[in-house]
Amino acid sequence: MRALAWHGKHDVRVDNVPDPGIVNPRDCVIKVTSTAICGSDLHLYDGVIPTMQAGDVLGHEFMGEVVEVGPKSTLTKGQRVVVPFTIACGGCYHCNKHQYSCCPNGLPADNQDIARTGFGQEMSGLFGYSHMTGGYQGGQAEYVRVPFSDVGPIVVPDGVDDDEVLFLSDILPTGWQAAEYAQIEPGDTVAVWGCGPVGLFAVQSAFLMGAERVIAIDHYPHRLDLAARFGAERLNFKETDVYDALMQMTGGIGPDAVIDCVGLESHGVAFDNIVDRVKQATFLGTDRIHALRQAILACRKGGRVSMPAVYGGFVDKFPLGAFMEKGLTLKTGQTHVQHYMPALLNAIMEKKIDTTFMISHRMPLEQAPEGYRMFSEEQDRVTKIVLKPGLAA
Amino acid sequence: MSQHDDAPISSSRRSEAPAELAQTLERGQGSTMSGRSVTIARPAGEIYAFFRDFANLPHVMENLRDVRVLDDRRSHWVVEAPGGGHVEWDSTVTRDEDGRLIEWASDEGAGIPNSGRVEFAPAGERGTVVTLTTLYSPPGGAVGKLVAKLFQREPAIQARRDLNRLKQYLETGEVATAAVNPAQREEENA
Repeated sequence: MRALAWHGKHDVRVDNVPDPGIVNPRDCVIKVTSTAICGSDLHLYDGVIPTMQAGDVLGHEFMGEVVEVGPKSTLTKGQRVVVPFTIACGGCYHCNKHQYSCCPNGLPADNQDIARTGFGQEMSGLFGYSHMTGGYQGGQAEYVRVPFSDVGPIVVPDGVDDDEVLFLSDILPTGWQAAEYAQIEPGDTVAVWGCGPVGLFAVQSAFLMGAERVIAIDHYPHRLDLAARFGAERLNFKETDVYDALMQMTGGIGPDAVIDCVGLESHGVAFDNIVDRVKQATFLGTDRIHALRQAILACRKGGRVSMPAVYGGFVDKFPLGAFMEKGLTLKTGQTHVQHYMPALLNAIMEKKIDTTFMISHRMPLEQAPEGYRMFSEEQDRVTKIVLKPGLAA
Repeated sequence: MSQHDDAPISSSRRSEAPAELAQTLERGQGSTMSGRSVTIARPAGEIYAFFRDFANLPHVMENLRDVRVLDDRRSHWVVEAPGGGHVEWDSTVTRDEDGRLIEWASDEGAGIPNSGRVEFAPAGERGTVVTLTTLYSPPGGAVGKLVAKLFQREPAIQARRDLNRLKQYLETGEVATAAVNPAQREEENA
């Protein structure tokens, strides 16, 4: 079959790779009908995520039609399903607590050493996201093997378009969880750094959870305008001193909750960021946290910091003093996708959440390398790319 | 009160610790120790029963090619070495408490003299804490060198992987793999 494979920094190609099949009893195989390029795929594209190997098939936001089932799968051929990017068994201690992204049972034991060493414990397996997360083949492909198909994939009702539900796989639950982790109280002001797809869903979710004001921060005018569609106020950090503006807009108090939707490639224009960049390039340090630093300094005393953004390693100049002195609370983590899928599917069906507005491009799988280049280089115009393996190239 | 702390002895940095561990095992032998725990959401009796039938273990223990049960205390173990070689030995159960604990020691002439203990401790709603403590002597000599390389590589990590596979198998009925199809799975297991 055809699939988008990683070959190195800024080098992805559509290759012929072996067809997937049923390996374990609870597996299914789906024929992919839609699969998106995620902002976190750009971390792979930029070569800042370790443990990638040439030939790894990318993609963790995907959906499709069930074409093969193992003896313990509860799905049937022909069903349309959206697949969570986190591979979780549904029955272990963590899954019973709905901490699906902490499930250790989907991560091959040989791949657990890396996270054990780096993080202290292993995390769940993920599709198409390096060998630290299992080395699973991803969904930017014609077909995918899906483990634990009896508990992960959610069946989509007939008559619902792929584009409406595809983002249940990752970014919608991620944006929702980010807002939930901000513990929003009615009347709150919430500031969101980064108006990529996760940030845009966090903006929508924050309003639905009762935020009175949401302030969106980015440097791409078009992305800021998308946030404004939902009522967010816009701050462009290229033309505005963000801290100064936030203090004035909140009467000197600061936002009650701050959400970092930027992550480890944060592009601030400041000295600390240049130092980070040099260290990242020379492998002396890893993650660049300019947005997070600014969020912590701006957050009101006793406020909440929510961090859906992806970080992989260590950081420098984390403002621990500000964090401690102001008595902030930080909540973060990979998304427990399975926990949120059913309620969010309902919210989509009831038209409470708009999911399709951010899709700027739809293209055949064969054009995926061009999609990566565009998404990486033209972020103002290109907000979300959905690949359709069924479309003629 | 012991003059030392309350940590499991296998995590001790003291040089006398392996000898002290050996004293707690019948025919305890070996100079290198490792201890690993995993929590499995199954009753202790069920995990004990799976483990006690040693022929089950190659399902979850990567380097174990085969275990042949000789009688209710003795078994024959065949362990893979890198590059296709293998090493074999007979092992005897030296202590056996139903649902709670198994201890063993290798018999005279083992390529890798070893002994150990696996304990099954109820952990309430979380299931059972399975703790595997092993003590072994990396062999010298030309023949044993290959094997030593395998065992000295990361014996503690190997034990952890094996316990994690045991957990996966007993909790989900499967051992996780990223293989895309059965042919690739077979290649991985070969």
